[in-house]
Amino acid sequence: MRFYYHLGIVEKSSTSKDYKIVFSAYIRIILCAIFMLSTTAAMANTAASEVNVYSARKEALIKPLLDRFTQETGIKVNLVTGKADALLKRLETEGRNTPADMLITTDAGRLYRAQQADVLQAIQSKTLEQVIPANYREPAGYWYGLSVRARPIFFAKDRAKASDLSSYEQLADQRFKGQICIRSSNNIYNQSLVASMIKANGVEKTEQWAKNLVKNMARPPRGGDRDQIRAAASGQCNIAIANTYYFGAMMAGKKQKDRTAASKMALFWPNQDTRGTHVNISGAGITKHAKHRTNAILLLEFLANKSSQKWYAETNHEYPVRNDVEASALLKSWGNFKSDAVNLSILGQYNSEAVKVMDRAGWK
Amino acid sequence: MSDIQPQQTTTPRSLSLNARLNRWHLLVLLIAFICAVPVLTVFSYVFQPAGEVWQHLTETVLSDYVVNSLILMIGVSFGTLTMGISCAWLTSVYKFPGRKLFQWLLLLPMALPAYIIAYTYTGMMDFTGPIQSSLRELFGWSYGDYWFPEIRSIWGATSMLSLVLYPYVYLLARAAFLEQSIVALEASRSLGAGPWKSFFQVALPMARPAIITGLSLVLMETLADYGTVQYFGISTFTTGIFRTWFGLNDSAAAAQLSSLLLVFVLILITLERISRKQARYFSTSNREKKHARLTLSKNKAWLATLACLMPVLWGFFLPFLQLTQWAFETYEDMVDREFFVLAWNSLSLAGSAAILALLLALLLAYGQRLQNTRFIYIAVRVASMGYAIPATVIAVGIMLPLAWIDNTLDSWLRSQFDVSSGLLLSGTLFALMFAYMIRFLAVSVGTVEAALGKIKHSMDDAARSLGLSPKQVLLQIHMPLMRRSLLTAILLVFVDVLKELPATLILRPFNFNTLAVRAYELASDERLADASSAALSIVIAGIIPVILLSRSINKQKT
Repeated sequence: MRFYYHLGIVEKSSTSKDYKIVFSAYIRIILCAIFMLSTTAAMANTAASEVNVYSARKEALIKPLLDRFTQETGIKVNLVTGKADALLKRLETEGRNTPADMLITTDAGRLYRAQQADVLQAIQSKTLEQVIPANYREPAGYWYGLSVRARPIFFAKDRAKASDLSSYEQLADQRFKGQICIRSSNNIYNQSLVASMIKANGVEKTEQWAKNLVKNMARPPRGGDRDQIRAAASGQCNIAIANTYYFGAMMAGKKQKDRTAASKMALFWPNQDTRGTHVNISGAGITKHAKHRTNAILLLEFLANKSSQKWYAETNHEYPVRNDVEASALLKSWGNFKSDAVNLSILGQYNSEAVKVMDRAGWK
Repeated sequence: MSDIQPQQTTTPRSLSLNARLNRWHLLVLLIAFICAVPVLTVFSYVFQPAGEVWQHLTETVLSDYVVNSLILMIGVSFGTLTMGISCAWLTSVYKFPGRKLFQWLLLLPMALPAYIIAYTYTGMMDFTGPIQSSLRELFGWSYGDYWFPEIRSIWGATSMLSLVLYPYVYLLARAAFLEQSIVALEASRSLGAGPWKSFFQVALPMARPAIITGLSLVLMETLADYGTVQYFGISTFTTGIFRTWFGLNDSAAAAQLSSLLLVFVLILITLERISRKQARYFSTSNREKKHARLTLSKNKAWLATLACLMPVLWGFFLPFLQLTQWAFETYEDMVDREFFVLAWNSLSLAGSAAILALLLALLLAYGQRLQNTRFIYIAVRVASMGYAIPATVIAVGIMLPLAWIDNTLDSWLRSQFDVSSGLLLSGTLFALMFAYMIRFLAVSVGTVEAALGKIKHSMDDAARSLGLSPKQVLLQIHMPLMRRSLLTAILLVFVDVLKELPATLILRPFNFNTLAVRAYELASDERLADASSAALSIVIAGIIPVILLSRSINKQKT
């Protein structure tokens, strides 16, 4: 009784009869509310000029571009963000009734996986084929890369020299014992890196490399990419492996501490004499059952246009996927580099093999 | 919850009564079945072949997963029981400085999502954090010169989880201590038992069902935790499930690992059941009598204050201060108009989920009390197992049946009438609400069951013999008696939904965000300072109901 009184549902003096009426009325209200909420949510997705996006790219890193697209074209963009694999699962279970027209991910492996799961469709677009280099898109047009991120080596300027470094492979040398910081093998960027090495060197060699790398780690893997750079800057290790945009965000960020840490570190492009530095993409594909296919293609082309590409570079310190758009000043200051030209589908193909290799090597 | 013989409830008007009981029976089974579907969906993967991956797992990492999960469970049990029970006992029995304040202050850590406190402590105590950096500057040390506790370790994770989860034990234990008839305690004291003895031999055993319920919630939450252990780089069952699913791309093996996790939980539940069978206590007197609070000597009173201060300080104030400091640096960019939409979304979702979960829990727990067959018991257990499964996995268990219903209906309509209904349930708030029920039903069911269990059956019999229907007994006798526990159930689910992330993330409709989603997106992008405004709002939004409800829980019955 009091419980309802506290919720403001019944008066303090109510009799048990009122209270029963209220009780069942309350159930009805809740049921109605749920029903209405679900129908309005469903109706919101049926307006004419719109496109529905499932994005593994975080809202803050995609919404501004989508808003600009809406401004320019009048096409409304509906967005759900989430983890790539979960979104992919959602696409799969929803089947042909899925409302999603486009899937955006932050690595090529997941796009490959989506293609394998048969939830994407191949699209041909002259514009996209012209501006996006061949190794950054799926040959048949199932998905297209939209921005490029590299995973180079960072070293502490006061304790290590660029002349000591040469390649990822070399980091397994005994002389780097206790000097290397790298995050957990749960992370997709490490999985992709190892997948690219399996492609280049084979499983056996890569496993041996991973075993020796684990021996060289300064501490058990923990934290994110920025944490590795911070740890190296503060003396916990001399060498860190991290994605370029994290380094860029630290250098250009608001936090004084991060800027100081980043200033103690320098970037080294590994494997320049061999296959090139490992890179990955963020990219997108059109879903197989897209209801707004034309709009989705328009959006894809918009994300690949010059001003959007510039936005990626300036806001999130990523490399534009197009060759005719310049990288930001900060990125250019790190110099040009040769990137691993392997077709990125390969990273997806070798992903589970990479995880097994790291499991066997004891890479936490 | 307890066994009750059918003949006990059979009165001379047995025919109509049996019909009524059957209605309850059916209702309970129906709810339990609907809620069990996602769990069973996950479980059904057990029958899919996934041989090769299993061999790989057992050869390499499976033992790590098991051992680390066990260490974590034992450590967190120890931490939450120590903090939860001692603080609950102190605040409900003794007088000491700040007691009234601590009654609700002790609940505050509950409002902090575990992964947020983990990020915050790492920010403070890591090698590169302010504490160690200033130590190094002060003494001119460098790496390796000194020892400092490593926060990102299994002990760190144990501490983090204990700090945010002990309120479950505290809250339930306290409600139990307060609902205990003072007569039993007075009797034990008058028979010459000292304060320690009457605590261990009278109060604690009487509160045991509630404490065990709290502990089992803690353990399920520990098992399901992903954010903390992942960030600290500890391989547990949960990280293993995701690694198998995302990394090895084997969802069948991942679901099988989840099922193995369910076996852990089944063992826990059975143990709880056995422990309850051995000792069942009912309050035989419902005399409303105010607890006469015991006074402590001055030093002891301050010690009690200190004991209650510690969990609040570490579990709430320190991380809260750190978050506030970050929020001051970043709020200009982070608090915009959309921010208030997020807050409203979070609050309304949490509020309606909490009330709905309570209603379902009342139906399930009371239906079970009316007719406690083994079948119903198992059905209710299975229905509330969703709490221990990592939320992303259970979300898939929810998506599959909902999408199946949608797509089947759609296909049928297409073939019969050539119209398409599209997705009616998937990707709506209904799906989200359903997910919250699956995830958090264990919380409300556990709480309501523990409270019902303390009402002795002769009360039901008396009420029924005076002509009340089963429904009337629940509404007019039980619910007023259990008022505190019901509020507790609402509060727990409310705060849980407010913090819930993985299921919200994957099941929500288009253009729909919550505070937890915002906080997570920024934090996982390693922008902790930017995430602080959203994290802080979760905490603040959680505090208001915590204070309101703990005040009414605390109010003496009149």
